[in-house]
Amino acid sequence: MTELLQQVVNGLALGAIYALIALGYTMVYGVLRFINFAHSEVFMVGAFAGYFLARVMPGGPLAGVAVLLGAMAVCALLGVVIEKLAYRPLRGRSTLTALITAIGVSLLLQNLGQRIFGANPRSFPALFPVHNFQIGGLVISSSQILVFVVTLLLLFALRHIVLHTRIGTAMRALSFNQTAASLVGINNDRVISFTFALGSAMAAAGGILYASNYPSIDPLMGTLPGLKAFVAAVLGGIGNIAGAAIGGLVIGLVETAVVGLGGSTYRDAVAFAVLILILLLRPTGLLGTRQTEKV
Amino acid sequence: MNTSRIGLIATFFAALAVTGCSGSGDSAGAAGDTIRIGEYASLTGKEAAFGTSSHKGTMLAVEEINAAGGVLGKQLELIYEDNRSMQGESNTIAKKLITRDNVVALLGEVASGRSLEAAPIAQQYQIPMISPSSTNPKVTETGDYIFRVCFTDPFQGRLLAEFARRSLKAQKVAILSDVAAAYSVGLAQYFREPWLAGGGTVVSDEKYNGGEKDFKAQLTTIKAAAPDAILVPGYYNDVGLIVAQARQLGITVPLFGGDGWEAPELIQIAGAKALEGTYYSTHFSPESTEALPQQFVAAYKAKYNGEVPDAMAALGYDSARVLADAITRAGTTEGPALRDALAATRDFPGATGATTLDVKRDATKPAVIITVKDGRFQYVETISP
Repeated sequence: MTELLQQVVNGLALGAIYALIALGYTMVYGVLRFINFAHSEVFMVGAFAGYFLARVMPGGPLAGVAVLLGAMAVCALLGVVIEKLAYRPLRGRSTLTALITAIGVSLLLQNLGQRIFGANPRSFPALFPVHNFQIGGLVISSSQILVFVVTLLLLFALRHIVLHTRIGTAMRALSFNQTAASLVGINNDRVISFTFALGSAMAAAGGILYASNYPSIDPLMGTLPGLKAFVAAVLGGIGNIAGAAIGGLVIGLVETAVVGLGGSTYRDAVAFAVLILILLLRPTGLLGTRQTEKV
Repeated sequence: MNTSRIGLIATFFAALAVTGCSGSGDSAGAAGDTIRIGEYASLTGKEAAFGTSSHKGTMLAVEEINAAGGVLGKQLELIYEDNRSMQGESNTIAKKLITRDNVVALLGEVASGRSLEAAPIAQQYQIPMISPSSTNPKVTETGDYIFRVCFTDPFQGRLLAEFARRSLKAQKVAILSDVAAAYSVGLAQYFREPWLAGGGTVVSDEKYNGGEKDFKAQLTTIKAAAPDAILVPGYYNDVGLIVAQARQLGITVPLFGGDGWEAPELIQIAGAKALEGTYYSTHFSPESTEALPQQFVAAYKAKYNGEVPDAMAALGYDSARVLADAITRAGTTEGPALRDALAATRDFPGATGATTLDVKRDATKPAVIITVKDGRFQYVETISP
């Protein structure tokens, strides 16, 4: 019984990280109807930004938070730059063009990362003090709890921004009709830049928390978690913020269940089988219907 | 494997990979003035700590040999290539080194899986290949041109079983092995046979894919099986995360493994505290008091700013010296003659002990057990074959 509960905790902790990455995917899709495959590389850059910031940052209880915010700022900037250089010139073309460009940007960042940071894995410093809590036979580490807390906070912050702020209203307007939005005086460029900044900052937060839990980072680290998060976003109904969170948790639980039952070699296969199944059976995802609020 | 996203992008990736490939040594020299040796190694990527250590040892050996007048009156020229610790690179590199650079012999690799990629190419072109530290028996079984200067996994598995029984006083072990690495699968298997024969039991047999980051699901299953010790026959990057996560889950029993553990990165990733009570077997300890190892340690430290060599460095060093010795005895660099000279290597003194290549072209050498104490590798004991 303890084993089962421990596996549930393991699965939820893993899923929370997927959820965090999926939030950024889903938000950009919600506004622009465009899957930003470079998201997983921004996630990687976030982890590396954290790595370098942590080296120059003096120690102290707030250093971890400062590193987290710093990395989010770096990636927000990176997201804006990527959008300006790669996606903006192609705006208005077919979604396929943008999609392929996104894959190109992703590969570019992966290989630039290997050039600049080197391909060797580095060990990520402990940003936050780690403590293991024992509840009965269950073990939960403070870094796992941190992932939950940050994911929840960002989830609600994102919902608040999208639903209750001026820029959020503009984002939603854009997601319905870009031309109409610009006709009523919305500066599309600014809103899209903001969307990318926000999404990339989420990716950075994901990168830092991922690296805190699994302290070995390398330039290709984003690929697999990024893909899993993408599956999570689709599973939850891409474009739907709450759906991304639920999708992430489900993927984390499913993966852990598969490994716990002895099928560890099928871990990735199962995650992608979920993607195929959901596309066959319910292409809109768990929460994605036309009526629900789209970002 | 991890990088495949859409079939289409593989092509882009390959194109980028080629441009990102690392350079080799000076290849301008005419083939006549020097004797060219090819080396393929994991200089970057997952197992870079192994590849660079081994490469540094090899370079030191080549430098020493050249300073002493070279071989057959010629200088040795080491041409090396990086396979980025990736599958599918080593065979291309081996082909390039043999056909374009005309090397007389190949040195490489640490990881058995990648040695197994290059070995058939070397065999096909009748170019002798010496693996410094691939321990999987299949490597030299590829053909009669493939040698190694280290012990093999059947020996390492047996000694780990003996160590677990005698020193760890274990009855029940759990195994967590990497299904993506020939080395890990092999070592787990060669541990299991003598372990079961000696009356031990395996209470849990879990697997992972090298490069994964989350092992908590496997470790939770292992914890529930309540083993006395856990065998993790993997490579240091994964092992570091496994040890850290095992301790997080409250697993306090010893974890132990093979020579794939030995890299400073292990301590950086897992943390000194988590590694207390972990052990691994390897080929060499810089704390050895014998003359030749000491000489090697001193020369290595002098060349690399005081860095202390590890087992991979010592084996990389030995592999180049065994090759130079064979070329000298053969009196030629022709493949078949060089092969015969290599096969006749007997009691060649090296940093990791005397090398004798047996009929299976493997070396038989003692192993050392190392533990981690206060964040430093520490010698425990030597186990002879």
